[in-house]
Amino acid sequence: MTSNEKAGWRALPFGGVVLEAGSSLKYKTGDWRAFRPLVDKEKCVNCLLCWIYCPDSSIVRREKWVEVNYDYCKGCGICAHECPKEAIRMVEEQK
Amino acid sequence: MTIVGLTGDEAVAYAVKQSRVDLVAAYPITPQTIMVERFSKYVADGEVHAGYVCVESEHSALSACIGASLTGARVFTATASQGLALMHEMLYIASGLRCPIVMGVANRALSAPINIHGDHSDMMGSRDSGWIQIYAENAQESYDWTLLAFKVAEDKDIQLPVSVNLDGFIISHCMEGVDVLEDEAVDRFLQTRKPLFTIDPGEAVTVGALCFTDYYFEFKRQQVEALRSARGVLDRVCREYRGVSGRNYDVLEAFGMEDAEAAIICLGSTAGTAREVARKLRAQGEKVGVVKLWLYRPFPTEEVSAVLRKVKAIAVFDRAISFGAPYSALCSDVASALHTVKESPKIFNVIYGLGGRDIKPSDIELVFSEALETAKTGVVKEKTMFLGVRE
Repeated sequence: MTSNEKAGWRALPFGGVVLEAGSSLKYKTGDWRAFRPLVDKEKCVNCLLCWIYCPDSSIVRREKWVEVNYDYCKGCGICAHECPKEAIRMVEEQK
Repeated sequence: MTIVGLTGDEAVAYAVKQSRVDLVAAYPITPQTIMVERFSKYVADGEVHAGYVCVESEHSALSACIGASLTGARVFTATASQGLALMHEMLYIASGLRCPIVMGVANRALSAPINIHGDHSDMMGSRDSGWIQIYAENAQESYDWTLLAFKVAEDKDIQLPVSVNLDGFIISHCMEGVDVLEDEAVDRFLQTRKPLFTIDPGEAVTVGALCFTDYYFEFKRQQVEALRSARGVLDRVCREYRGVSGRNYDVLEAFGMEDAEAAIICLGSTAGTAREVARKLRAQGEKVGVVKLWLYRPFPTEEVSAVLRKVKAIAVFDRAISFGAPYSALCSDVASALHTVKESPKIFNVIYGLGGRDIKPSDIELVFSEALETAKTGVVKEKTMFLGVRE
């Protein structure tokens, strides 16, 4: 989103008040990420250590492997570090 | 008309009582203590129905006020000196969250060395905090401005905190006859606060949310506008108060400025001494004047420029030092207000009264003679004069 699409100071709610309850769900924090975890489905044994260690609950469980929710993953790399099968590698984001 | 003998602190407490506040958060510090102490008596005697929270520090006092204010309550607290310094973080949060809190500040010096007496170092150190800042000259003005402060703070376009400043001890502890309004008159002037948001699970809102590079700047811009708007609202509120009290308030008060060639501009109780000296000098034919600024933030740039532009020399009195700055706070602002004026008056800064050092009529006379000399010669001998300090 470019700054032109965001509301100006006159239109914004007063004093930074957020008028809609629970709106933090709409705030995607994934764009803070500098490195993106990539899961190798072949190597993944679905042990779920990454799922346990992920501080942001961004590991998504599938039947036979895991996936990453990139809307919220901030790229800390803990999953890659903890993975016993080296099935997750961190790749620099290209923007 | 009811004249009551009150100290400045008591006058503020009386105004707070009549303002029917919902909550006072209290932490004592000299010379403010009597404000909250007197109010606690009102609570204990059942004269007011307000929450009275004894907190563990000034930081907590203002934090409690912020929370209460956000629920829609009318709140008050008071502080001075180190207490205001400890509140510093919360000052910005109060203005940023647009809480119309009113705070009495009995101005006092900052340590070190330890000193409990009056100067303006405390509030001047917080002058950029986004608060509306008012300086009273005496107990009467402290009373009146406290009532005015709530009305300005709570205006729907403003919603900003206000500090009512009174010189520590000189005003806070000196008893004067104060003309107080009847409770009914205050009720007519100051209705129940109408908050823009209240705490209501049915209409939940979030306050104090995270704002990054993409929104923070816009909210600061809103505050700029709110503070600017306070100027017009203050006019309207002062007019209304004139109708209720018969007393005239404005952003500043001028004495002898219609023909003055040399003028003093100052804040607070010093204005009374300066006017007295000016009256004497004018009787001797000297064209001198005094400008007392009631409203310090938002700074009334146009009015200051208009009242001072025709004089030849101005002595700007600062009861605080901006260490390392070209001028101290008030003088910087006055110089800024006049910098676009063609052939603007000569200005010099007078630092005085630090740590409660007495400012005597003879001191003011000395400054006037300096200013008159500058008006005649057009030469500023000393850009900053330290009045009454031993060499």
